[in-house]
Amino acid sequence: MASLYQRFGGGLATIFIALVFLWLAGMVLAPNVMMIDYALRPNLPPAQIGGPNDVYSLDNILYLANEAVHRSIFFKTIWASAFVAFITFVVCYPLAFWLAQRATPGQTAIAILALTIPFWINEVLRTLAWYIILAFRGPLNAVLLNMGIIEAPVRWYGNIGVLAGMVYAYILFMLFPIYNSIESLDKSQIEAARDLGASTWRIHWRVVMPHAKAGIATGCVFTFMLAAGSYVAPALLGAPGSRWFTEVIYNWFFEGGDWNRGAAYALVLLVLCLVVVLATLKIARVSLTDVAK
Amino acid sequence: MSHSVELQAVGMSFGATRAVGDVNFTVNGGEFFSILGPSGCGKTTILRMIAGFLQPTEGRILIGGKDMQGLGPNQRPTAMIFQSLALFPLMPVWENIAFGLEARGASKAERRKKADELLKLIALEGYGDRMPGELSGGQRQRVAIARALAVEPQVLLLDEPLSALDLKLRQHMRAELRALQKRTGVTFIYITHDQSEALAMSDRIAVMSAGVLQQVGTPRELYDNPATPFVATFVGENNAIAGKVTTIADGIAAVETPLGSLRGRANGGIKAGDKVKLYVRPEALVSGGAGENVLTSTVDRIDFEGAFGLAYGRLQDGSQLIASIPSTDLANAPATGSQASFGFATQHAVVLPDG
Amino acid sequence: MSAADRIARWVFRFYMVAFFVYLFMPLVVMSAATFNTSRFPTVTPWQGTTLQWFSELWADAAMWQAVWTSVVVAFFVVIVSLPIGTAAALMLTSLHARARGLLYALMVSPLLTPGVVIGISTLVLWRQLNVGGGTFLIVVAQSSFIICYVMLMVAARLQRFDRTQEEAALGLGASKFMVFRRILLPYLKPSLIAAAFLAVLQSVENYNTTLFVRGFDTPLTVFIATKVRTGLTPAVNALALILITITVLGAVTYEILRRRNAAAAREAE
Repeated sequence: MASLYQRFGGGLATIFIALVFLWLAGMVLAPNVMMIDYALRPNLPPAQIGGPNDVYSLDNILYLANEAVHRSIFFKTIWASAFVAFITFVVCYPLAFWLAQRATPGQTAIAILALTIPFWINEVLRTLAWYIILAFRGPLNAVLLNMGIIEAPVRWYGNIGVLAGMVYAYILFMLFPIYNSIESLDKSQIEAARDLGASTWRIHWRVVMPHAKAGIATGCVFTFMLAAGSYVAPALLGAPGSRWFTEVIYNWFFEGGDWNRGAAYALVLLVLCLVVVLATLKIARVSLTDVAK
Repeated sequence: MSHSVELQAVGMSFGATRAVGDVNFTVNGGEFFSILGPSGCGKTTILRMIAGFLQPTEGRILIGGKDMQGLGPNQRPTAMIFQSLALFPLMPVWENIAFGLEARGASKAERRKKADELLKLIALEGYGDRMPGELSGGQRQRVAIARALAVEPQVLLLDEPLSALDLKLRQHMRAELRALQKRTGVTFIYITHDQSEALAMSDRIAVMSAGVLQQVGTPRELYDNPATPFVATFVGENNAIAGKVTTIADGIAAVETPLGSLRGRANGGIKAGDKVKLYVRPEALVSGGAGENVLTSTVDRIDFEGAFGLAYGRLQDGSQLIASIPSTDLANAPATGSQASFGFATQHAVVLPDG
Repeated sequence: MSAADRIARWVFRFYMVAFFVYLFMPLVVMSAATFNTSRFPTVTPWQGTTLQWFSELWADAAMWQAVWTSVVVAFFVVIVSLPIGTAAALMLTSLHARARGLLYALMVSPLLTPGVVIGISTLVLWRQLNVGGGTFLIVVAQSSFIICYVMLMVAARLQRFDRTQEEAALGLGASKFMVFRRILLPYLKPSLIAAAFLAVLQSVENYNTTLFVRGFDTPLTVFIATKVRTGLTPAVNALALILITITVLGAVTYEILRRRNAAAAREAE
């Protein structure tokens, strides 16, 4: 803090500190603390708030553990988000490699601009586009029927719909970190590996991917976090059988009217995401500073 | 007359490391004063303390007789020219030059007028609306000087401002700086690691090594009368011969060396029995052996340098000897590979404590 | 060239085509459906070409209300997040390395928090203060993480800043405030413009956080998502087409600005 005062003088430094404090304390920490507070209290009618029944307990969280449907939705959301991250990785890796190592600077510039355009268009519209394509009487079924690949229209909404929409929405969060990390790989390393007789698979597995570890970890972490916390894709592209944990949370708030239980569920989601994010970064030995680039 | 700058027992510690210790010197008003030393010797730290970017942890600094304790760089009658120049890249040249006046609340017309005056002084008339990025290295140099002069400082602090320029331009700028200093009468404190630059430009020089002030004097004093072994070897070329003092009389020390008994002026408070080194400049050595002291050496090679030749030889004890021979005498120089004797006058040798 | 290489080449070509089809097909289909007379937005079957959905969109007062809400939110998000994000970046770069780690972790934590959680935590905090969902809370909730983006963008530019410029200005007699106003702010200007731009896009596109704190206000994303339930017509596609056009123009402008900055940065070095 002393260096801040020394650099900007008393007035400005005080304003800066006040602004940052307002943000971190008022907009980041306090809401989360209040959410924890909500999660640990029972849902009571207004008259009983502060009364003898208003005590801290883990009941709301235990409710999730004991309620079979919610529990299975929770676990399904975890593995489905991980699956989304994996598929997004598979889809993005070859392009990232090509952009970083094979493409000319001109090709890279055009490709990156092309990639960013869908990204700038908002997530709801991107999802809406898939809603139209995957409709029962929509273009995808029409094309496949015409080509004779399927004999009857397929109901795409559900797991497949959610997967297609989410992978689409998070492509860039995966592509750019991987691209950035592969770009710093010296071309001669790949050539040396090839010269030593390594197959393409082995080159990627032993040379490129270890080098791009930080980027891959960052991309997967972000995609997982965004997928687990997404509401719009499951709401639009899902079916009753593909409910997402965020939908359960939403229902507690705006249909079930139990904010405490909703806050408890949100807290569980937050903790899950933080654990997954920090554990992945730890395993891949990536620092938080690298993630934010 | 511009302000003087006085350092009284100034020291600076960064945590446990002491960058500068117990420095005392006075820069007279209107003087061109250099601080000379290798990189890391603490010279930049001293300059930054004078400018007010650092507050000394010991001692005090007086400018124009006034204690600068606690005053920031914007409250001192100094202006600094940085090694990187630190021109403001997003402002046109004239705004750069007039920035100090803007800080003092001068009107736009006033600022523009002063900037144009200074542009004329540095021979860059009509460049006011260019951006710094569009100027050559030498032009940027001059803009940085004009920017510093615009605030009419009592003391101008220069942190190796010429080091980024090529040799030709550097020599030209040396002369220009020197002329500018004489014309304006501002006190200049100039930091450099280049001893020939310091010798050529300065009225007086302070030599620093490892955070310790070695000697303050005119260029001639430093050259002819070095006070410490560091000054003897850092300022100009010198041959050093180790030995032991036998007697001292009338300021002349007789030194017993493996090469025989040699005599030179006693400096640095030495006394009989001390381990010392005798220093003699290449140009003080006369080939052919005339003089009060004589050294015998092989001649390995002679490098022709234009105005003179440098003979590199090896003394009997294996150490190197360098002798300078004027070009006009090169015809009579000893042949390469031969043994030759080199003499020098006692007045031209200096004896200093060893180590 | 071996047979295996040739196959690999064809596989890669197929992959590239498939990738870009996947990337752009949704946008093409969505835009094309705007011109189909079908009441449900689709391109199969093509029932006839029309511009009627644009006029229907034009007449949709609720939609324009939603646009207005989004514009107001975005405006205030910029007003809030630009100063705070800049202050955070300055604080971060002025601190010593040791103190920086924890502060940095706290500052980027909203980026690692799911959007719904940000919305929920903001909602429950402000209910304690008797403030319900609405435009105000949308601004607060969105700003809490958009500030991170501003902070990161400003900090990235600050890292390349030559601090001797500040010393030079101080040495010429400038006050610390003048150094900030005349030297640092002009230097940061390009990154502030880019950050404002990004903040607007992030704000307008946000759904997950906004959904929980919107109260009875309906910004554009919520409006569109609701339409899917209450009766989607190609009027929404017409809106999407307009937004796509605007965002493409925006993206191109942003890209040009970014490149100009990058070029300027290269020149300055």
